[in-house]
Amino acid sequence: MGHGPMAGAAMPVEKSLDFWPSARRLARRLAPERLRVLAVLTLALVSVTLTALGPRLLGHATNIIFAGVIGKNIPAGVSVSQAEAAARAAGNTNFADMLASIHVVPGVGIDFTALRQVLTLVMALYLAASTLSWLQGYLLNDVVQASVYRLRADVEDKLHRLPLGFFDRQPRGELLSRVTNDVDNISQTLQQSLSQLLTSLLSVIGVVTMMVLISPLLAAIALVSIPASMLVTALIAKRSQPQFIATWTHTGTLNAQIEEAYTGHDLVKVFGRRREIEAIFEATNAELYEASFAAQFISGIIMPTLMFIGNLNYVAIAVVGGLRVATGSLSLGDVQAFIQYSRQFTQPLTQIASMANLLQSGVASAERVFELLDADEQVPDTDRPVRAGVRRGRVALDRVSFRYLPDQPLIEDLSMLAEPGHTVAIVGPTGAGKTTLVNLIMRFYEIDSGRITLDGVDITAMPRAELRRQVGMVLQDTWLFGGTIRDNIAYGRPGATEAEILAAAEATYVDRFVRALPHGYDTVIDEEGSNISTGERQLITIARAFLADPSLLILDEATSSVDTRTELLVQRAMAALRTERTSFVIAHRLSTIRDADLILVMQSGRIVEQGTHAGLLAAEGAYFRLYSAQFAGAVVEEERPAPVADQHR
Amino acid sequence: MLIRLLRRFLRPYRAALAAVVALQMLATMASLYLPSLNADIIDNGVAKGDTHYIVATGAWMLLVTLVQITCSIVAVYLGARSAMRFGRDVRAAIFHRVGQFCAREVNGFGAPSLITRNTNDVQQVQMLVVTSATMMIAAPVMSIGGVIMALREDVGLSWLMMVAVPVLLTAIGLIVSRMVPQFRAMQSRIDVVNRVLREQISGIRVVRAFVREPHETARFAVANAELTRTALRAGRLMVLIFPTVMLVLNASSVAVLWFGAGRVDSGQMQIGALTAFLAYLLQILMAVMMATFMAIMIPRASVCADRIGEVLDTESSLRPPSEPVMTLPGRGELELRGVSFHYPGASEPVLHDISFTVRAGQTTAIIGATGSGKSTLLSLVPRLIDVTAGSVLVDGIDVRAIEPDLLWSRIGLVPQRAYLFSGTVASNLRYGNPAATDAELWEALSVAQARDFVAAMPGQLEAPIAQGGSNVSGGQRQRLSIARALVRKPQICLFDDAFSALDLATDARLRAALGPLTEQAAVLIVAQRVSTIIDADQIIVLEGGRVVGLGRHDELVQTCPAYAEIVSSQLGLDAA
Repeated sequence: MGHGPMAGAAMPVEKSLDFWPSARRLARRLAPERLRVLAVLTLALVSVTLTALGPRLLGHATNIIFAGVIGKNIPAGVSVSQAEAAARAAGNTNFADMLASIHVVPGVGIDFTALRQVLTLVMALYLAASTLSWLQGYLLNDVVQASVYRLRADVEDKLHRLPLGFFDRQPRGELLSRVTNDVDNISQTLQQSLSQLLTSLLSVIGVVTMMVLISPLLAAIALVSIPASMLVTALIAKRSQPQFIATWTHTGTLNAQIEEAYTGHDLVKVFGRRREIEAIFEATNAELYEASFAAQFISGIIMPTLMFIGNLNYVAIAVVGGLRVATGSLSLGDVQAFIQYSRQFTQPLTQIASMANLLQSGVASAERVFELLDADEQVPDTDRPVRAGVRRGRVALDRVSFRYLPDQPLIEDLSMLAEPGHTVAIVGPTGAGKTTLVNLIMRFYEIDSGRITLDGVDITAMPRAELRRQVGMVLQDTWLFGGTIRDNIAYGRPGATEAEILAAAEATYVDRFVRALPHGYDTVIDEEGSNISTGERQLITIARAFLADPSLLILDEATSSVDTRTELLVQRAMAALRTERTSFVIAHRLSTIRDADLILVMQSGRIVEQGTHAGLLAAEGAYFRLYSAQFAGAVVEEERPAPVADQHR
Repeated sequence: MLIRLLRRFLRPYRAALAAVVALQMLATMASLYLPSLNADIIDNGVAKGDTHYIVATGAWMLLVTLVQITCSIVAVYLGARSAMRFGRDVRAAIFHRVGQFCAREVNGFGAPSLITRNTNDVQQVQMLVVTSATMMIAAPVMSIGGVIMALREDVGLSWLMMVAVPVLLTAIGLIVSRMVPQFRAMQSRIDVVNRVLREQISGIRVVRAFVREPHETARFAVANAELTRTALRAGRLMVLIFPTVMLVLNASSVAVLWFGAGRVDSGQMQIGALTAFLAYLLQILMAVMMATFMAIMIPRASVCADRIGEVLDTESSLRPPSEPVMTLPGRGELELRGVSFHYPGASEPVLHDISFTVRAGQTTAIIGATGSGKSTLLSLVPRLIDVTAGSVLVDGIDVRAIEPDLLWSRIGLVPQRAYLFSGTVASNLRYGNPAATDAELWEALSVAQARDFVAAMPGQLEAPIAQGGSNVSGGQRQRLSIARALVRKPQICLFDDAFSALDLATDARLRAALGPLTEQAAVLIVAQRVSTIIDADQIIVLEGGRVVGLGRHDELVQTCPAYAEIVSSQLGLDAA
């Protein structure tokens, strides 16, 4: 029942670039798993170190092969220094320098024993690294799933703590998109990117360490590419992040449009609006396309650019390394290892970059989910609840004022008293605030001033659950959840027995039509309720409230879609139910109103008159006018409901 | 299904995708060329100590690198564009298809599932397309290129690739095939989670009124736990892939060195070639690994594609006529001739052999018990459902032969559930007649007895309306819904229990005001209150889907016991 203008209702579309705070907050959500996270980190560290050692050892293997090749070319018997001198004499100083730098045994080929030893060691290392990496992935998967489970649970929990006004303002499809599409996207992001991100980051560190150990000069060249890569990534990501946010915002809008179109499906068709609806859809769909294309393209540039930087780096190492080997200051095996390292180091960088779009998209979603989690909650239940002495159902409103929007008063300075066991009828023109009034008694909304008491206790001084447990409510909206008829009736009271459910169903004439259904009480009602009629739905909602057996009953147009014969029967049952209870009834039926112990006449949020039927008629005030306008002509015997010229309201 | 979906919706972007393949191929060849140049540096430069050669080759490498980045970026541009257009087109196709559906199909899938399919499922397939188009296309190019380049270096070692690649593919295939059923289960679990959340949001008032938050949280926790369990299982399989690939990769490089050493020792291979071979092998395996990441996405995407395909392949049960009647005489006459309707599989028909005629300017009312088939009867006229026997005729022509848009343009429908669309009062009123002037809107509001409260709303016609009309009261919603139908100036008016939320006086005023407006129209009213229909030219009393009384009020009171009973029940309710 919110009165929020739709345009301003949705959360702001354009957001500042909150990548890091949201990313950090997402990371913090892993905190409850910190032991496992620690294990994951340790395992990853060891596994990466082992993997990082690999190329170094493979470099040794290359050196052994290289030494063998060179050694074979030098005749046996010639010492290395002789060969070196010979080379210098031949003017080939570079080759001489190189010879001096490696371990060559002249005349002997490749030392296969040594090679086997090295390679076996490498293989063992790799095997260990893979096993550890698997363990790490296994644990991380557990961590991610546990975190996403908690995120979903938190979101669901939050829904129950949000004030009703929030749901009135937010288009349902948009909200749904947040709790489904966005949460799903986060889950996928974490699952797909976290493990790789972690390994990649550690790999970079490990590889850099190894490179420094081999050749500080080449390492320095390679290291230039790190800040360069980071800068490039940052620059590009800054441009793609808003596009990712736009992507998910448009997804939400589109979801809302789809939701609305599918919910009002028949109307769209019969009113010939399909083309227009599709045009609106096309427009948002095109916007979504533009944003997602921009996001994917801009972030997609990161990878080739980093590959470019990596290749530049590769070229530089090949050239500078080559020159240094040629001058003998570096062994070929080292250069080869180095190139492998620089490849290994570019690869994780590129991988981080390729994760960038996934990550950015995930963080954009996280931001939207956090926005929901941060939304203002309803006033928390009191921590010092006051217990009502006797539950009798005495309801008093004392100078209550309430408005949804600051400039639109809805309930103004309203006072009333409902004695235990009394029936209070609320009458008045549509839009007078009748439904709002009963919503306030349910504490669906917080009043702005005044107080509402139940059996003398301010309703804000008791937990909401306790208040609502005493109230049975039949709403205008006949919402049933997707489940069997039995479950829907049982919704009114957890733990109700089959006999109690059947009794409630019989009393409210649900039993009669349910028996005619092929599956009886096991008939599954779909959410839109196409398989039973609106009147039947209404009867089920009445049965639901009947079963709840409350001390206070609120009936808001409870039988408007039920045929009058059934209504009469239901009303008799309800009357029996009401004798013990205080009840508030919003209805058009004269009989209900006339028999009420108290009639409240509402107009524009105020009670303009209250009293009994006879008393109010005698007073010839607002009720009298309303009565003569509404009911004088309603009696069937009078044949014609004479239209009343004076449309007094 | 996935393939069919891709083939159908990627067809318009064939040229762009071909360009992506060509560019990626070029880029990949460039990056494959680099190790070969590096081998040159070692063999011709380093080994001979020729520093000049090293520098010159270095410059060449630089140029190759430039070519590579240019190709890559253009490829990413085209790839991302095609993939996102693919997503856009699929979303539009689903939306369009659902627009043609009847209530039966919409309820068959369930609106929530249709929504998930229209956004989330498309998202999954689109993600597969975008990653393949921007990154993964390179994978096969890279492996084939790598094989060729490696073979150029040394044919003798190529058997290593013959072993490594199949081993890798088999390992990945084994894991991925186990993942598919898990993902299928996962997607349906996501559906459940979404359904519970949607119910909680749409039924939030009931949940709170009955203090069932703990129950709902428990219900959600079950759905959440089941989804998590499945995701865990899928994830545990997924994490096997990376270490397996790494192991095969690393074992291959060890093998290259071991077997390569033998060949180098026997002089069959140069040492530079060995280094290059190693680089190529790594490149091939890296490509296979990249393809693996795509393989990880395939199971979920194919499940989603199936779900999308289901929607796209479903034909609307509303068959458009093959030779539609394009013009109607416009008399505004409605006739039901021997109409029966039963739901497929149901034992009892909802409506049984119903015949009556409503002429222009006449009002026919339908009254009957809850569940007697009144609303069903009404929905036969605009073909929200089709008769199973007999026929519904508008101006003497079977509605199933009339062009649907033409048929609908003649009908003003006020449904039982007054659903308004988010927007403004005016946008809702113009829903069926966008060309209506403000004066016409006000006129309709007057008739619907909604003028006063709309005039009192801030912004009047421009006052905002929330989705479903949740920001106006039930009575107001119903009157706006009536006004919306009147703005169309329909020849056939269908009111489905449209006055239930109105008080009697408003009801009476509304019907009085309706008279002049519907002089040329056939009016069919479903109602609960006798007072609403007392003036009707014809009253049909329905009981259990059969007509048990037909005539005017005065006659029926005398002749029809069921009607007399209804009348007396209302005396009990409303009369003194």
